[in-house]
Parts: sequence; C-alpha cells; structure tokens
Amino acid sequence: MYSFSPSEEQQMLIDAIRRYAMDDLRAAARDADEEGQLPPELIEKGWELGYLQASIPEDYDGFGERSAVSGALAAEELAYGDLSGALAVMTPGLFATPILLAGSEDQKQKFIPPVIEMEWKAYTAALMEPRFDFDPNDLKTTAKLEGDTYVLNGLKSYVPYAEQAEAILVYANLDGQTQGFIIPKESQGLAIGERQKLLGLNALPLYNLALEAVSVPMANRLGGDQGHDFGPILSSANVAIAAMAIGVSKAALDYAVEYAKDRDVFGVKVAQKQSIAFMIAEMGIAIEAIRLLVWEAAWQIDQGLPDAGKSAYLALSGAMDATMMVTDRAVQILGGHGYIREHPVEMWMRNGRGFANFSGLAVV
Amino acid sequence: MIEFSTPKPIEELQTVVETVAVNMMRPVSRQMDENEHEIPWAFINFMHTAIKSMGGTSFAVDEKDGQKKDQNEEKRAPIGYQRLAYLVEMLSWGDAGMYLCIPGGLLGSAAVAAAGTPEQKKRFLSRFMGDKPVFDGMAMTEPQAGSDTSAICSTAVLDETTNQWILNGEKIFVTAGQKALEESDGFVVIWATIDPEAGRAGMRSFVIEAGTPGCKVTKLEHKLGIRASDTVSIVMQDCRVPFENILGSPTVAKTTKGFKGAMATFDATRPIIASQAVGIARASLELVKEKLKENGIEIRYGLPRQKLTHIEREVIEMEVMLRSAWLLTIKAMWMADNKIHNPKEASMSKVYAGDIVVKITQKAVELLGPLGYSRDLLLEKWFRDAKITDLYEGTGQINRLVVARNMLGYRGSQLR
Repeated sequence: MYSFSPSEEQQMLIDAIRRYAMDDLRAAARDADEEGQLPPELIEKGWELGYLQASIPEDYDGFGERSAVSGALAAEELAYGDLSGALAVMTPGLFATPILLAGSEDQKQKFIPPVIEMEWKAYTAALMEPRFDFDPNDLKTTAKLEGDTYVLNGLKSYVPYAEQAEAILVYANLDGQTQGFIIPKESQGLAIGERQKLLGLNALPLYNLALEAVSVPMANRLGGDQGHDFGPILSSANVAIAAMAIGVSKAALDYAVEYAKDRDVFGVKVAQKQSIAFMIAEMGIAIEAIRLLVWEAAWQIDQGLPDAGKSAYLALSGAMDATMMVTDRAVQILGGHGYIREHPVEMWMRNGRGFANFSGLAVV
Repeated sequence: MIEFSTPKPIEELQTVVETVAVNMMRPVSRQMDENEHEIPWAFINFMHTAIKSMGGTSFAVDEKDGQKKDQNEEKRAPIGYQRLAYLVEMLSWGDAGMYLCIPGGLLGSAAVAAAGTPEQKKRFLSRFMGDKPVFDGMAMTEPQAGSDTSAICSTAVLDETTNQWILNGEKIFVTAGQKALEESDGFVVIWATIDPEAGRAGMRSFVIEAGTPGCKVTKLEHKLGIRASDTVSIVMQDCRVPFENILGSPTVAKTTKGFKGAMATFDATRPIIASQAVGIARASLELVKEKLKENGIEIRYGLPRQKLTHIEREVIEMEVMLRSAWLLTIKAMWMADNKIHNPKEASMSKVYAGDIVVKITQKAVELLGPLGYSRDLLLEKWFRDAKITDLYEGTGQINRLVVARNMLGYRGSQLR
C-alpha cells in the first residue's frame, strides 16, 4: 500500500526536532555562520534529542532500531533550522551508523557504545577527496595489505571536526572497492590539515586530511577480514543529504512566502503578483515532488530492496537541482534585500549550491 | 506509516491492463493517429465487454471501497482513486487518445457520480451496463470562456408549465461529445447559468441525453494530438430537458457553494490527467532507453555528474522527473481515497506532470535524432499527445494559480 503519513512516533520525533531546529539552530545560525563556529551547548542540546541513540539497538547501548525513513524525516527537520548545525549534530552518526550497517559484531560492540552513551563527542568520517571529479566509488586514497596490516595513502577533505576527533572512519580504495577503515586520532602518518574555507557551511569545522603510510590493523577494517559492501552506506548517505537539501529548500521557501506576503508593491503585496506567485508555486511543487522521491528511497532502504541504491542516487540528483532552484529564487523574491546578510536567504543559497558536492557529509 | 508499495489488487489488475495496452492499443496507435475521426470500435467493444465482466459500470470510484463487505473480509484502506490513477497511467502508456475512447470513463459520469442524487445516478449511470458501449462527456468551455468559467453565458430557464429546463448556448472542446450524443445513447453534462446576475452562484450542470431535440454536434475539431478521441462543438437551441436533469440545487443561494462543489470534482480529475501525462512520459522514456540499449549504451547510475555523458545526464534527469511526478500523483489520489482535502496536491500533480511530460517528450525526440522525428516510431506522436495534458482540466497556469493561492492562503480575489 501507499501511505504518506508519518507514524505517531515519527511525528513526535519531527515535532521535537522542529522545535529545536527553530528555537535553537535557526536562532544561532547567522552568528554561527559569521563567526565560523557553533556553540558546543547548542550541539549538545540537539544531541540530547537522541535521534542517533534511537536508531541504535539495545545490544549496543542504544534504544531503538534504525529506520532510514525516520532518519530522513529527522535530517530534513534539522536542516530546516540550519544546515551547519544539523551536520554538526549528526556528525557522530558518520562514524556509528556505517559501523552498525557494515561492521563486524566485534566492531559494533567495541566502537558504537562509546559514541552514543555519553555527551556529543567528535567521532567522524572521511570520504571526500579534493578533486573535481571526486567519485565515492573510485577513490584515489588507497589501502594496501602489507603483511597483517593495511597501509593507507592519500588526501581527504571535508572531514567534519577532524581536529578534535576521537576516531575517524576513513574510506579508501582497496583493489577497486571502497572500504572503510577505523583510524584512531593519534595514528602515525595521519596529518590534520588546515580548516577549510568554503562558499557555505561556514559554521561547520571541516578539515583536509593527509594520510601517509598510515597503518591500520586488520581488525579495524570495516566488516572485518572480508570487508563490506559500500553500497548501503552510500545509499544512506545520499538519502541523508537529499533530505537535508529538502530541509534547506523548505526553509528558503517559507521565508520567501512570508516576506512576499508582507511587502507592499504597487498597492498590493508582492505575493499577489503572478510572476512571484508562480515562482512560489513551482518552488512548492519541486520540494514536494523531490521529498517523495527521498521518502521512497528511504523506504526502499528499510525494506532492503535492490533498487534502493539507484533510487537514493536519483533522489539526490533531483534534490541538488531543486535546492539550487529554490534557494536562488528565495533570494530573487526578496530582491535586493535577499542579497543582504541581514536576511538568511543568501546563506541558504550558498549552502544550497553545496548539495551537488556534499557526498558523505551525513548518513541516516 | 510511510509506505511505497503498489497495493496487491492493483498490481494484479496492472498485468491485465498492460496486456490490453500492448495488444489492443499499440498495434493500431499509428493508424488511429493517421485517420483522425475514425472511431476505434474494436478496442471500444473489447473494453466495454471487459469492464462489464469485471462488474464495473464505469471507471467511477466505488464509494464503498475499503469498507467491509462481510465479517470475514479483512478491512483495508480505500484505494479506488489510486487504482484509477494506475489504470489511466497504463492505458495512456498504451495510447493517450484511445484511452479517452473508453466507454463510460469520462468526466460526465464523474460529475453525475459526484453531484447526482441516488435516483440520478441510477437513471444516468445504469446505461453503461447495457449491451452496447455508451459514452459520456462534459461541456464547460465556451468560445469566449475557457479557464474563466465565470464568463460562461449558456443559459437554463425553467419553464414552469412543462417543468422543463430550456437550454441555450454554445459549447466547445467537448471530449467524446460525438460518441456520447451521436454514436451511442449517452449523455453530456453541460454547464449553464440559471441566473445571469448571480455570477458563479448561478452556475449549474445539466444532463443532456443523446437524441434530445435542440442539441446538436456542430463541429469536429482537428487536433495536434490525441486524434483517436473526438473533440466537438455543441449548440443548444431551445433544448428542453426534464426538471430532474439538474445536478445540485435548482435555487440560487447567495453563496458560491454550488460552484465550489463543481470545482471539487477537479480534485479527483486533475490527478487523472496527471496520470495520463505520466503514462505518456513513461512510454517515451522507455523507448529512448530501449533504443540506447540497442546501440550498446547503458546508463551508469551512481556516477558523479562530472563523469556522466550528456545522454546519461538527460536520461537520469528524465527518470527523476518521471518518478517524482508519479509520486505526486499517487499522493493526491491517496488523499482523495482517504478523504483528505487535496486541491493543492491535485493541482500540484497536474502542473508538474503536465510540465515534465512536455519536457520528456520534447527531449526524447531530440535525443533520438532523425529517428525521433520520424513517424516510423510513435515518439513524435507522443510528443504531440503530451501537450494536451498541460492544457485541459485547467492549463498549467491556472493550476499554478490554484497551487499558489493554497500556499499563500489567498482567495481568488487576492491572487487573480
């Protein structure tokens, strides 16, 4: 059957996150973007909502089951508040969720509880690389088995909170396959580079990494001796990023609608002009259309359907275009005011452009 | 619970309908297009028998859908409108023009089903179960009144001595009007005012049956596409129908409730047009992928855009548009099934599906180069058929207005 109503439990999650997203994340977003940092207590408050903890089974000290649909709903709501803040709150999931999805039993027992049992801590992951044609399925960072350890070499970028990370899940190319390796912070040969300066996401600390002959014991290869299938992790990442694109788009749309209904022009409200009203209609339609694609992909992931990977890819493909269109139009609807940093729409437009690039910055 | 699976009963039906589309529609598609105004009787008779044998009087949705028929039956959520969306999508995938020739499946019967009394439903809808196929139509548009339905000037005056309505006026763009009035004992639901001073509050719909004196089909249109389906003009000259042929209240209240009731029909019919658009779009995209495959081109899903070829990017974009349009459509229908107010979602699906089918068919003709432009393939026909979905049941622009008003919380007077 088809159904488009979140469950009661999901609705409670959405409502709780929405309050936090508006009262806390949104309220802090502009200052955070200007100052280039997020207050730790802000992140902690979001962490305490327990979204990640609720997606980890009791065996690993969590209190629920993972659901990509619930994850997509949560990610959209968080990003509705502020994308940088949302990604910060979700950063430990970059480490814990792939281990839950693809880790060996030993790895789950060992690595997941420390992430979720206490306050927010910087556990993170490194997938992206500084190349124009970066491809998560064709990494240039390599892993080679030498004796009984893997040796990793290469450059990584866009690694959230790498500077203060307790451990990093680094993805590398092993015989043509993307494989994850759990690397403790103090590993030899691992160099944390400068913090990156970007078009958007100014509040989120993102770093370059250099790996030079970093040794990883076999036990730290994600999935153990046999490794793992990278597909489900990438699907989950694509759905997460696509859901956040919808959240940012929705934020921009709602702001533009409010502005257009408030501002007078030629004796009527801006929104009463068809040229503006039609833009708003098309923004609303694009968001609704792509949101359903995201939900469907998430549902397919939860059902373990073989098409899930393709659907997640298509959903993200649609989401990156929709978000660019919507955030650009939000600036346009505010006219010159949209270009001024007093309003958030220019920030959302900068963040919106990134969805074509944010591969693996979140998972659900 | 959020869910995305095709309901089992619909899945089974789909297999049957696909066979019909493949065997009864596609083989004659080109012939019907080349011979405009030829009526596809073989297909029509087949569909009439098939619909009858399935126990349906028409495509109209069973109001009892989803309710328990007896104690042993398991209760399930209603899926009648969703089933309709699937049906229309698959039949339009077969041939969008021939789909419109299915007896008893159009807006006239939908209007009777939505606004008629039990007696009226019995009187007008039972004919679809007879031996011969019967057709219905809906006449709203006039030469000077398209999207602006308040400009309708056909009139209905009650003759109290005979207790008949006297109808006068001209209607255009009536789908299947010829089949309804001249080729079968069908009917057309026409819109007229019973009080020209009252504006929309005076607007009512009336059933005119085939053979009614004073009602004549005056013109058969020649169209860009959907040529298997007739589109006609109708003139009413002192055309008398019984008092009981009015749908809704015969008195004029100060409100526009009656008119809004008529507009509510669109909440179900607009997603039907969206389904039609999705069917044409899917046919076109499937053909493009098939031709690419014949030439050794497989779409490499999963690659970053920087590594895709131009053709791959185009196909992927088309897939995104097609799937999301279908989901918008099925969501609008799911709302209709669950009695959730859906004017915004209905219009959203219509705007988007109308947009994307036009883009997809245009792009598909381009991508297949000289082959795409040729009448050897059906693609150029689908390109022509597609455009109708962006025009009827409210143009894309009218539906954008509906969406915008709903999003902005504006009445018609605030956003014109």
